[in-house]
Amino acid sequence: MNLLTQPWPWYVSGPLIGLMVPALLILGNKPFGISSSLKHICASCIPTQVKFFNYNWKAESWSLLFVLGVAMGGLVAGYFFQNPNPIRISEHTVSDLSALGVKNFSGFLPEDLFSFKALLTLRGFTLMVVGGFLVGFGTRWANGCTSGHAIMGLSNLQWPSLVATCCFFGAGILTTWFILPLIMRL
Amino acid sequence: MNKIKFILLGFIFGIILIKAEVISWFRIQEMFRFQAFQMYGIIGSAVVVGMISVWLIKRNKTKTISGEEIKIEGKPFNKGTVYGGILFGMGWAMTGACPGPLYAMVGSGVTVILVVLLSAVLGTYVYGLLKDKLPH
Repeated sequence: MNLLTQPWPWYVSGPLIGLMVPALLILGNKPFGISSSLKHICASCIPTQVKFFNYNWKAESWSLLFVLGVAMGGLVAGYFFQNPNPIRISEHTVSDLSALGVKNFSGFLPEDLFSFKALLTLRGFTLMVVGGFLVGFGTRWANGCTSGHAIMGLSNLQWPSLVATCCFFGAGILTTWFILPLIMRL
Repeated sequence: MNKIKFILLGFIFGIILIKAEVISWFRIQEMFRFQAFQMYGIIGSAVVVGMISVWLIKRNKTKTISGEEIKIEGKPFNKGTVYGGILFGMGWAMTGACPGPLYAMVGSGVTVILVVLLSAVLGTYVYGLLKDKLPH
């Protein structure tokens, strides 16, 4: 039981994530990738004449089932295999984030930034709503996210995925260092 | 049954995401600040295992369980790879989550992340509206 409640080290979880690639290919002939599910949600839930969403999303229903499974896995792991101890974060990160004004380090997320109450502040709105919008808009424009480009694309040695991965990381690093401090002052 | 396997695979992936703690905003901060190896170890080893798997599948001409030939379609490069990649990178640093972890977190009971997920759906929708006007 300890195995299930303790966090898994990178050398266990990383290879397991990598195995999703052959598992999806061999079991279903599908490329590993999550962000296209957001497109299928639009196509299936929002009535629209927009060409981009007018396709047979039912043929891609595997992707919606997959993310449904991800949420169910999150539910089981979150409720039944919950780590009883607080998450262990690097001391340097704790001190950097404290300097920016983060106070709560006990959960997966800082509750002072990510909560329904924080949603009503400019800072929380920017992090959650603007941030989420950028995730959806950016992944579709780039035609993939961490799973589709960084893991699946690189596994298949596709150079455009290497470009995409570099852009993800470059922009993430610059945003963390230079834009997050500005957002934290909102 | 044919479709249930996708729920099952997603289920396993969701558990891994939680147990690896990659769904944590703090882990993503550690990564972008170069203050912990964990995320680099996870993504790096996932890519290595994925690469070896794809190489083996191609070399052995492995078929799917239903006997189909395995096809992997490439993603062509266009300007969106860069512009979209930059926007996603920004969103990743702000929310501390890429799309997979968003679903896992909503499932794990962090209900406020549903707002982030819906905003990502909205972002995808607005991209669809503007697609023809954006450089590609």
